[in-house]
Amino acid sequence: MSERNSEYDFKWCPGCGDFGVKRALEQAIGTYTEEFEIPRTSNVIIAGIGCSGNMVHLLDGEQPFGIHGIHGRTLPIAFGVSTSRPDLNTIVVAGDGDFLSIGAEHIPPTASRNPNMTCIIMDNGVYGLTKGQNSPTSTTGQITTSTPFGKLDAQMKPLELYLSYGVSYIASHYSSKPKVLAEFIFEGMKHPGLSIIHVQSPCTTYNNTYDILRGSKKDNIPGTAFIVEDDHDPSDYDAAVALINKGGVPLGLIYKKEPPTINDLQDKLIKEKSKNVEDILSSYSI
Amino acid sequence: MTQKVKSKDFVIRFAGEGGQGLVTSADAMARAATGAGFYCQTFSTFPSQIMGGPASSQVRISTTPVLSNGDAVDVLVVLNQYAFDNHIEDLSENGVCIYNAQDCEPSGEGNFFGINADELAKESGNTRAANMVILGAVANLIDFKIESIENFVKERFSRGRENDDEIIKSNIVAIGLGVDVAKKSGFSVGSLDEPIAPDYEQIMITGNAALSLGALAAGLDSYYGYPISPATTILIWMEQNLISKDKFVFQVSSEIEAINNIIGSGFSGKKAMTATAGPGVALMSEGLGLAWMSEIPCTVIDIQRGGPATGLPTKTEQSDLFACMFPAHGDVKLPVIAPGSVEECFHAGSLAINWAERYQGPVMVMGEMSLAERTENIKKPDITQVIDERRNSDTGSNGYKRYQDWNGELSPMPIPGGEVAYVANGSEHDEIGDTTHLPKHHVRLTERRFAKLSLLNDSPFEIENPESEIAVMPWGATKGVAREAFDKISDKGVNLTWLYSMALNPLPEEIMDQLKSKKLVIVPELNFQGQWSSILRMDGIKAVSVTQYTGLPFKPTYLSEKILEKIKETEV
Repeated sequence: MSERNSEYDFKWCPGCGDFGVKRALEQAIGTYTEEFEIPRTSNVIIAGIGCSGNMVHLLDGEQPFGIHGIHGRTLPIAFGVSTSRPDLNTIVVAGDGDFLSIGAEHIPPTASRNPNMTCIIMDNGVYGLTKGQNSPTSTTGQITTSTPFGKLDAQMKPLELYLSYGVSYIASHYSSKPKVLAEFIFEGMKHPGLSIIHVQSPCTTYNNTYDILRGSKKDNIPGTAFIVEDDHDPSDYDAAVALINKGGVPLGLIYKKEPPTINDLQDKLIKEKSKNVEDILSSYSI
Repeated sequence: MTQKVKSKDFVIRFAGEGGQGLVTSADAMARAATGAGFYCQTFSTFPSQIMGGPASSQVRISTTPVLSNGDAVDVLVVLNQYAFDNHIEDLSENGVCIYNAQDCEPSGEGNFFGINADELAKESGNTRAANMVILGAVANLIDFKIESIENFVKERFSRGRENDDEIIKSNIVAIGLGVDVAKKSGFSVGSLDEPIAPDYEQIMITGNAALSLGALAAGLDSYYGYPISPATTILIWMEQNLISKDKFVFQVSSEIEAINNIIGSGFSGKKAMTATAGPGVALMSEGLGLAWMSEIPCTVIDIQRGGPATGLPTKTEQSDLFACMFPAHGDVKLPVIAPGSVEECFHAGSLAINWAERYQGPVMVMGEMSLAERTENIKKPDITQVIDERRNSDTGSNGYKRYQDWNGELSPMPIPGGEVAYVANGSEHDEIGDTTHLPKHHVRLTERRFAKLSLLNDSPFEIENPESEIAVMPWGATKGVAREAFDKISDKGVNLTWLYSMALNPLPEEIMDQLKSKKLVIVPELNFQGQWSSILRMDGIKAVSVTQYTGLPFKPTYLSEKILEKIKETEV
């Protein structure tokens, strides 16, 4: 049930990390809409298929536009929106299964074009909606319903991939601190180019990693999540590689550069080569 | 000789290896002829490789508008022995073959003579003028005015360069040398009459370029595509021409990307299009279902080639109809527009993107290789008459309710940045676009998605001789050759109804009424299963197909015989 639709019957499980991401996204959209004085309806959310994709139906308050499409295709749909309407705030919400498995083929070419859009990836290391199968970010050896004797293949390292593909804004965080997460999402929206905010968003039913991320003071177990040091230079590619190679889950901005967007480049072309239909037609005269 | 001298219609074919300038020669002949007021249609067939391999290109020149590639070849030019061996049987009874004396030595005697074009080109002072030598010889055989070819040469080589005059002069010398050889051979194929020049302005254009131009004239905003034969020329055309403010064109990484790109673009308020061939349609399947389900305007052009999988990438076939009309899982039947001529390609391009806007959903356009790549002189389209129809985006009046019940008109489609927002949902949804599993919504919206097709009721169609009980109904690019076959049958005194519709879904009511009233509907089509007649039979129409699945178009005389055989077989 959502605030505006009593008939809507989708629910996240209690404690789902996606609740935190939802609050962060609502806040970031609010800030962006106010700061840039755009209509709320100039925000467009392209949602993947999976638990996290339902975000697009669950936002509180005045609604942004949304597309709840097909599995794995958020990036090409968003590319169409963003390049056709560079005035819009184009946002992708997807999970690790949608974005990194079936949709992985779209990350490299999209990164090389640098369209202006912001992707929020909710990584819970499992396929939740289909009830607990192995995802690209499940750990090797992990028991899931589709790996009953332990996952055989290697765990994917998404931050490393984003960096090597040339994604121009890469941040990593978790769902437990929505206000801080909102700032990184907002920065990603402001960044002119492809931004990915990769969020650890635990699945309380099939892969509850809260304790692993945060650690336990009581049992003296350190968490895998750590705050990125202030002296990390996000424009330094080698420093970004070193940061990712530390292992664990960095919380903060990993990498940022500002190459031209695909629309910048196309605008330049239009200025130089613009054509109209009458001239084209007359080029076929006999 | 008692044979009547041919005077109105000639087929000239150049056969050899890919990369030998075959298409250039056929194109030059076509341009020289259209410049002189004749009607032309070209056709090429080549293997899927950059250079080499057996290939041929032909032009049919006529004093009246050309409907098909024609039957036998009147003048055959072969550049090697393989081409001679494989094309000579296509030569008409009184046709003449010119062979390249350097690479070809036909045995025995027949209607053929050799020409050493390279040597004669050297003699002309321009080693690159070998094809002009041959054009001169061809022109002489059909008694085509040499001045017309010379005029073509003058125009082609007046490029504002210092040596223009020199090049023009040597090419004209080369043409003359070719004429001399043909004269010496003593052969003649006929004598081309003066053309009945059209009283309207013309353009010379390929099917794919006409389609692209039609879409642009109707306000196309964005194009996303992936290279694939024989649709690549549309991508190239768009990259060269869809360049102006607020427009966007881009080569993306796959057909899966392309379909989802145009869904995003269409959702955001733009008229968006992609073009592909069969393999790409297969990859777009799920995306087309999304566009249908979430009701997003977009247009997909399928330029058909042959066979499943990689099939015959450079041949022609009409075997994607099932895949285009029923591309997706679930209950889906897409609007399909299949232009029958180069001129119709222009109108199909405009109509498709307007239909997508009007019914708020995906539209398929089906071309095929033989139509896409052929050059034809057509009436210059009046672009001031082309309508740029846009979706009803009147927002604010119905709140979030994007998907209301069908009541003869569609609820408006809000555009991002406007008054109100909604979610375009590929899951079954309620009025505002939220996901639902309730039966009432699935029933209501399934019915809405089919009912709104009735808005697409303005496609062109043809009905002639409605009183006969037997009809011929071709579709797509088979239209022209079917018409020629139909006319041959009529000339024999057999009275049939002619039915044609540029749209295959939805069919115009008048066409549907005609189809249902017939005892037999014969569908000539280039596929094994008889796809269009199968679909017609789903509606209870007594349709049967005359099929061909060679990767080549029908020939008119052969087709007319097959239609008559079919009538006998079914004994109506």
